[in-house]
Amino acid sequence: MRERRELDRLLEIADDELILGWRDSEWTGIAPFLEEDVAFSSIAQNEIGHARALYELVARELGTSADELALDRRPEEYRCAPLVELRRLEWARTIARHFLYETADEIRIAALKASDDAEVAGLAAKIDREEAYHRMHAEMWVDRLLASEEGRAKLREAVEELWPYASGVLDEELRPRWAERVRDRLGFDLPDAEPVTREQHTDELRELWEEMTMVRRSAPAGTSW
Amino acid sequence: MSAREQDVPRNEQEFLEYVRAGGQVESYDWMPDDYRRKLIKFIEMHGNSELMGVLPEREWILRAPTLQRKLALTAKVQDEVGHAQLIYRVVEDLGKPREACLADLVSGRSKFHNVFHYPTRTWGDVGVIAWLVDAAAIISQKALLKCSYAPYARIMKKICWEESFHILHGRDVILTMMNGTDAQRELVQEALNRWWGPLMHFHGNPIPAEDDPMVQWRIKSQANEEARQQFLDGYVPQIWELGLTVPDPALRKDEETGTWHYTEPDWDELKAVVTGHGPMTEERLGFRRVTREETEWVRRAVLAEAA
Amino acid sequence: MGAPGGPRRGGVNTVYEVFRQERKGQPFQHAGSVVAPDRAFADVYAREQYGRRGESAALWVVPRDAIVEIDEFVDELERNYHRVDGYSLKEKLREARARAGTA
Repeated sequence: MRERRELDRLLEIADDELILGWRDSEWTGIAPFLEEDVAFSSIAQNEIGHARALYELVARELGTSADELALDRRPEEYRCAPLVELRRLEWARTIARHFLYETADEIRIAALKASDDAEVAGLAAKIDREEAYHRMHAEMWVDRLLASEEGRAKLREAVEELWPYASGVLDEELRPRWAERVRDRLGFDLPDAEPVTREQHTDELRELWEEMTMVRRSAPAGTSW
Repeated sequence: MSAREQDVPRNEQEFLEYVRAGGQVESYDWMPDDYRRKLIKFIEMHGNSELMGVLPEREWILRAPTLQRKLALTAKVQDEVGHAQLIYRVVEDLGKPREACLADLVSGRSKFHNVFHYPTRTWGDVGVIAWLVDAAAIISQKALLKCSYAPYARIMKKICWEESFHILHGRDVILTMMNGTDAQRELVQEALNRWWGPLMHFHGNPIPAEDDPMVQWRIKSQANEEARQQFLDGYVPQIWELGLTVPDPALRKDEETGTWHYTEPDWDELKAVVTGHGPMTEERLGFRRVTREETEWVRRAVLAEAA
Repeated sequence: MGAPGGPRRGGVNTVYEVFRQERKGQPFQHAGSVVAPDRAFADVYAREQYGRRGESAALWVVPRDAIVEIDEFVDELERNYHRVDGYSLKEKLREARARAGTA
């Protein structure tokens, strides 16, 4: 039996991946060009897949199912970071979030991979192997945007806007390592900001939740879809 | 075999005979202007359709009622975008750049298939589209496997292979609902009632093969009515066996001739829809226009043209 | 204060041809093409279009202008001495069998 605290930690990651995957899916069919549309969709699918795997692990302990954890909670019960809740259907914001999030995720997944809990460590290793591809994709886009004046300006603006939110993905222990990596990689001046932490859900989450659960809520609990 | 036997003839009449006899044409071969023009228009419309088809479905990714459905629908729509990429590449190698195709699409100058001009209203639509609309499309697509223009025939092979899971996904969604609650069964029936008209229009009005230039040039290998009959033969029994009804009292199969009889669709309606007057045409094209404008800077910053 | 590696050129719209190998031991066959601004993007896009379902064992991704296309071959004098269709042995075999009494 795992402690509630451990399960909540896993739910944080699962909820981050679910909601980010949901946001990333908003680009389906409308990404800047077709090849990128296909690539970004795989990333969104991986994120939902990671969420599902984590929910399944937690669900077994709680006597429920992955779908119920993903879709039957109230908005205030989700443990996701406000960064992933933001509706930012703009490409520079999307890439900025993608890069900031993946950098944070790598650090926390590395910690999980070192866990004594073999099942968690094993799942973390699998997730990390898929995330390597996400990191490659984010790096590629950062390079490409930084290489042009317009791209660089837009990326900078986006990173600065998202910085306080991104700072809230990791806790105080892991955050400084993340901040250093981001500053080194981007070369932007990013002073420490007051992080927007997990408990501070945005209104955007509520709106997202309404749409995400509308079909599910239209039928009694236990309905098969 | 000497190289000469494989040479594509360089005059229109012999070229026509060559393709009619099963000859294949590559991007580096000579082709009559008329063939090239018709090919571009036909293939471009296919690409447009894949891209526009994404719009009615993408909302439901966000609303999918289980994680598995969310993943499956995302993968299905991803395939469709992937198909658009494959198709526009073929058009580009024929001489029309992708940006020109996309500009013509959003300005309404070029067309896309009728079914993507209609709204989706419920999860029932998601099932019906994946089950029946995709089925109608696959019938057309299989007929394109023998297209005289080889690059297109080759991508059709990949497209047909990828579509195989779409139909299973559609069937799974429908069967789950039909085995579920009364409310779910009603969702399916109601969606079917709305989609039946567009489905009957889908394969186009019955032009005889000898009058269809697409068939003459062996771009299509199947006349419109033949495709529709194939659809009815394959799918009406599947619909009826679930206890669903088709909203056409005249629909029946003549067991002697094997032909399906049905109420003649309104072909004027089809024409109006594909020329830009469908219920969702303006809204969807407008949406594409806006999203293209908003991402123009990305293409500019990232994809500079070669000097 | 630039990104590590110094300033880079802008990306150029390039067609990359993709060859895929279905299974180990099979030949690489042309599968299609992707448009990308550089090799990193071409790598990602080729993987997506030709490998997202694990349908390929391996891919070769090549900029189109690195490929030399040859589609005309000259054989004016119809040389068949080095092909199977240049040899018709039925008559000779019939004669040889008759001569040996083994027809």
